Amino acid sequence: MLRKKLALKTATALAAGLFALAGIGAAAAQDVIKLGSITTLEGPFATGGQDAYRAMEMALEEVDYTIDGKKIEWIRESSNAQADVALARARKLIEQDNVDIIVGPLSGAEGIALRDYSRTLEGKTIVNGSSGAADTTLRDASPNFFRFSTEGTQWMAGLGNHVYKDMNVEHVALVAADYAFPYAQAMGFMLEYCQAGGAVTKLWSPLNTTDFGSIIANIPEDAGAIVLIQGGTDALAFLTQYAEAGGDLPIIGGSITADQTLLSARGPHQRLMEGMLAAGPIADLNEDPMWVEWVAAYRKRFPDGFDSPSIHAFNYYTNTKAVLLALDEVDGDLSDGQKAFQEALAKVEFKNPMGANVRLDENRQAISDIFLTRIVNDGGTLRTEAFGKTEGVTQTMGMDREAFLALGAPSRDNPDCPPAN
Amino acid sequence: MSLMSRSHWALTALALAILVALPLLLPDFWLSGILGRSLIYGIVALSITFLASYGGFISLAQTMLAGIAGYTVAILAPTAIPASASAVSYWLAMPLAVLAATLAGAVVGLIAIRTRDIYLLMITLALAVGFSLFAQSNIDWFNGYEGIRNVVGPDLFGQPFRAHTVFYYVALTVSALLYLLVLYVVRTPFGLVLQGIRDNPRRVAALGYNVAVHRIAAFAMAGFIAGCGGVLITFYNIGITPGSIGMTATVNVLVMSVIGGLGHPVGAFIGAVIFTLIDTFAATIYDRDRFNTLIGLVFLGIVVASPDGVLGLGKRLTGWGKRKDAGDGGTPH
Repeated sequence: MLRKKLALKTATALAAGLFALAGIGAAAAQDVIKLGSITTLEGPFATGGQDAYRAMEMALEEVDYTIDGKKIEWIRESSNAQADVALARARKLIEQDNVDIIVGPLSGAEGIALRDYSRTLEGKTIVNGSSGAADTTLRDASPNFFRFSTEGTQWMAGLGNHVYKDMNVEHVALVAADYAFPYAQAMGFMLEYCQAGGAVTKLWSPLNTTDFGSIIANIPEDAGAIVLIQGGTDALAFLTQYAEAGGDLPIIGGSITADQTLLSARGPHQRLMEGMLAAGPIADLNEDPMWVEWVAAYRKRFPDGFDSPSIHAFNYYTNTKAVLLALDEVDGDLSDGQKAFQEALAKVEFKNPMGANVRLDENRQAISDIFLTRIVNDGGTLRTEAFGKTEGVTQTMGMDREAFLALGAPSRDNPDCPPAN
Repeated sequence: MSLMSRSHWALTALALAILVALPLLLPDFWLSGILGRSLIYGIVALSITFLASYGGFISLAQTMLAGIAGYTVAILAPTAIPASASAVSYWLAMPLAVLAATLAGAVVGLIAIRTRDIYLLMITLALAVGFSLFAQSNIDWFNGYEGIRNVVGPDLFGQPFRAHTVFYYVALTVSALLYLLVLYVVRTPFGLVLQGIRDNPRRVAALGYNVAVHRIAAFAMAGFIAGCGGVLITFYNIGITPGSIGMTATVNVLVMSVIGGLGHPVGAFIGAVIFTLIDTFAATIYDRDRFNTLIGLVFLGIVVASPDGVLGLGKRLTGWGKRKDAGDGGTPH
């Protein structure tokens, strides 16, 4: 104890002197709540990451960076969608900047890495940003990791049935990026679609693929639609190349495909995107007054932001909001290893900007509403419009937890329902 | 040229003594997040520096070799998620991982045996990129993009490996041993022949030495060094993903050895510390959306100011101070 005290004192002096970069000097006063955050400002999801920080800014400005007289100090970090980089940033935030709470990260593998890291922490809390791998909270859940956004599997609720029963498509080509988040999305879609009797041909590509030539060549002739689970620059590359190759199958998008990051980009892919179906936690055109108001506030605050907030903005906002509500509930009290705060966080129940109710299950994973969406041309601008809703979607898609877990972790081989021939 | 004069030894001992005492002074993050991290990445950079400075080979495959060790230890780790069917104890997994990297190093040497300079650079880069893409697309062993998580490392002296002090001392011990190993090896007949090959391979061949075998052995030893680093990096990152060995990681380690200076093994560690500091704090001291610009500018500045890295810069500065003492010593090429 003495050694630690001594070490801390000397270290503060030494570090301040020796390393001008360190910035250790600031005293960790009790009346400051330190909130760290990680999103991706580099790599394929950079525009989504930027938008995520816009939304966090909005959430914090709403409370004027204050909870019951305690100032919230916000420290931002950036990763590049790689697990080890996200981990290094999280370590820096926790160990160097001494933050109390982290909001982040954005992508799937990063989320799992931070979940693992959170398990080694005491008295600190990590609240998900926008990452949507199912296993982050489904298996080996960590008591310090909370997720108020719904995840990849949940986001596809209702879509599989709609494609088979309403669109009468019996065979789809699944074009998806080869990592955890799309696995979860594919599972969410295929649970319903395969059960309804559909067949799926899977075509995986590595994240950051720029040339989709071989994938496009492998789309089966009898496929009635393409289920595209790609985001950011990958999705843009596929759609551009598919449009240029003259492709005309209807596109069913994953939740990060039918997003403003893509809709706002100009190019030949826009021809394919009009009429595209998707499902997810948000829709640009939604009549709920909460959403209308939130979008207006976003546009006013960020005139050079997207036309409508992206899914990442929405998720970061929802998670930050939960943190602020729980902090308010305990009057900003983070003592006792954040015991009271984490208890409050687990019990928080609120409406997200879509007007959907959010609450947590026993693994600290959100249960919320999922919308079926269609991309419409809204006076020259492409927007997603909600046309259906599944309420209170759980992480197990309404199934019994044991039965759902018995299905196995989503992977490139699970689930599987290939065409008969 | 004797590599370590008496004053060099004294300096090395002093530096080590300071490093050993640091846990008394530094907060945990500096210990593991900055110094520990620098040391373990410095080990991989050391394997590049060893090849470059004594063999004249610049290899971009060293991160891949570290990755081979990392994946081996992850696949064999008893705590891994997803759990592996071939799990053994960490004490068996670690030497096997280093062995795998050593063998892989020899294979890289074998493949690159007839190439030099830019062609060697290209062939090793191709291997590195190929391996990371393979790891990313292989699900059965490597678990694809997500990689293998929860590789926490063994307990040491009843403490988890990830305890800041334990991790730091292990990283320091391994780094110091490998550093001394390199200094020792280059003074053995093998090391002297290696330097002969660097300067004039045909003359060495004419003397009756088998150039090819020496090159392969040098690559195997570099693989051994990189493998030790790879195991520690995997424990530090609580697992391994293709991102840890991809193009960015490869370039990062190369940048470390270049800005540190390829002239002497210590350059690898100096470069690693500088890189880690900038990588960690650039976003704190500069605009968060644009901090990569700062990182690039600093590296550009260092390389423009001193083509042989910080080490060369230091040598020149002290050389001026002490008249011509260190003027022409050190940097080969």
